[in-house]
Amino acid sequence: MAVRGARMLFGASVAGAYALVLAPVLAVVVISVFSQEIVSFPPEGFTLRWYANAWDKREFARGFVTSMQVALVATAIGVPLGTAAAYALTRARLPGKAALNTLLLGPLAVPGVVAGTALYLFYVRAEFWVDDDIKGTTLGLVAAHVLLTIPWTVRLVSAALAGLDRSAEEAAANLGARPLTVFRRVTLPMLRPGVVAAGLFSFIQSFENLELTLLLVGPGRITLPVAMLNYLEFRVDPTLAAVATVQIVLVGALMLITDRFVSLARVV
Amino acid sequence: MGTLQLAGLSRRYGANTVVDGVSLDVAEGELVALLGPSGCGKTTTLRMVAGFVEPSAGTVRIAGRDVTRAPPHGRDTGMVFQSYALFPHMTVAGNVAFGLEMRGIGRAEREARVLEALRLVRLDGLGERLPRQLSGGQQQRVALARALVVNPAVFLLDEPLSNLDAKLRAEVRVEIRNLQQRLGLTTLFVTHDQEEALTMADRLVVMERGRVRQVGTAEELYERPADLFVANFIGRVNALAGEVAGPGEFRVADGTALPCPRDAAPGMRATLCLRPEKLRFQPWASAGVPAVLARTVYLGGQTEYHFTLAGAPVMALRETPPAGDRLRGLQPGDRVTLDWLGEDARLLPEVAR
Repeated sequence: MAVRGARMLFGASVAGAYALVLAPVLAVVVISVFSQEIVSFPPEGFTLRWYANAWDKREFARGFVTSMQVALVATAIGVPLGTAAAYALTRARLPGKAALNTLLLGPLAVPGVVAGTALYLFYVRAEFWVDDDIKGTTLGLVAAHVLLTIPWTVRLVSAALAGLDRSAEEAAANLGARPLTVFRRVTLPMLRPGVVAAGLFSFIQSFENLELTLLLVGPGRITLPVAMLNYLEFRVDPTLAAVATVQIVLVGALMLITDRFVSLARVV
Repeated sequence: MGTLQLAGLSRRYGANTVVDGVSLDVAEGELVALLGPSGCGKTTTLRMVAGFVEPSAGTVRIAGRDVTRAPPHGRDTGMVFQSYALFPHMTVAGNVAFGLEMRGIGRAEREARVLEALRLVRLDGLGERLPRQLSGGQQQRVALARALVVNPAVFLLDEPLSNLDAKLRAEVRVEIRNLQQRLGLTTLFVTHDQEEALTMADRLVVMERGRVRQVGTAEELYERPADLFVANFIGRVNALAGEVAGPGEFRVADGTALPCPRDAAPGMRATLCLRPEKLRFQPWASAGVPAVLARTVYLGGQTEYHFTLAGAPVMALRETPPAGDRLRGLQPGDRVTLDWLGEDARLLPEVAR
């Protein structure tokens, strides 16, 4: 009896936890098809009007494209850098390894608004030195987003490296492979799940980032989250829920596709 | 194929000496086993030969060439790892072809040699599988094929059988030995299993605490161990401390006289070692060495008889006596007479520890 009770309690807690996590997501999806402009319960009816509205507002489409570009470029730069850093941190004999590790994971701990402000101020200074625009440019934004991708990559790739069987690398060396060949032919392929997961999480981090981005975007080059915030300043209607739903579906699809190639449960 | 020579090979980690002055010559086509308890430095020695551990002192020569400072990829050794260390993302054929590829061998020859190597280890037709789709024994054979296919000067085996179950281990043991002899591979083999070493190796190197205790054939080590450690490590042994009292007479502390070799110098303090199968016994008779039966352990075809001799435990191993034999009637606590040929006993210097 006690065992059954405990099991039911456990099941209920799990269900509760899932509900807590998923409820806001579901709420957004449901609200996106409510027909009334001011969100209230019960709904007066259901409509896809808000999706059409989101499509008509070109700033969302432009924001989406900008976000995609920034996230892809930031991931393409951050993942190789983060992988190299993780390799050095795990393998090389470096002085101050712990400090370096903390530094690289830092962007996870610093609040986005603080980091964004700091970067903004830094860019203002740097503009004096290089005598060119940095804040408000795509370059400045991508550089900032690379900061977001590095900690995730360092984390995930370090974990993958720690779990790697070194003897496979030794076997490759024993068979005549030089160090670089060992890395390319054996180490990197064995790290693939970790690197793919790092790419995915880096992309998502960059794609959905608002706080850090807020101060760094320039006119006409705003990202989707910033476009959504701008919209919110003037109107509150389910259009945002519709945009958010599209985002949720996109990220979900990305995760499912990645999971088909590498089991995410194994690396994260 | 080539010879392998180690001279004064040492490895220290700080104040800790893991391998201490190991010298060894392995002849062409010879299989030498490094044998010892865990932590004796045998694996570190092997890894210094492969180039994964840098020696603190001494040299490694492979086929006459000094490779002490050469990187692993420039040594021409073929190693089989304890964990097999297969490349999980490559097929079986890809694994076996890797070393050939690194040597710049063209595709056609590569494919032919991979097929031949797989046939050699009886894995024909499994080339397109991934390692994880194979059983442990099959993975082990892939590792063998991968190391063999490049015709290394020296073949290195690091406890290659320890991850196999007992039955498979006996099979693979024979298989590896056959391959090694057929191909004339100069081989260094690391194991902690004395039976494995005894059955496979031409010569054995018994190591303890980083040092070589004795090098010899199985027969030499079993019948003429250099010290008590070797005597204990290879097979089982009865050891009794005492002093040579006269020609062919050895006295333990309480004065009991025991047979020992006649050429032993009187007055020498030593440990008398006697293999269990050399110890004979019978129910108490007036002459001989008195002892008390402590217990018997029935092993089917053989039986162990444990006695107490002058306060020390000794053991005899003999064929189980037939039913009705008078030895069958012996009970724990019975007095018995022990006897052995003085020449069967071996006097070893007491090991200073």
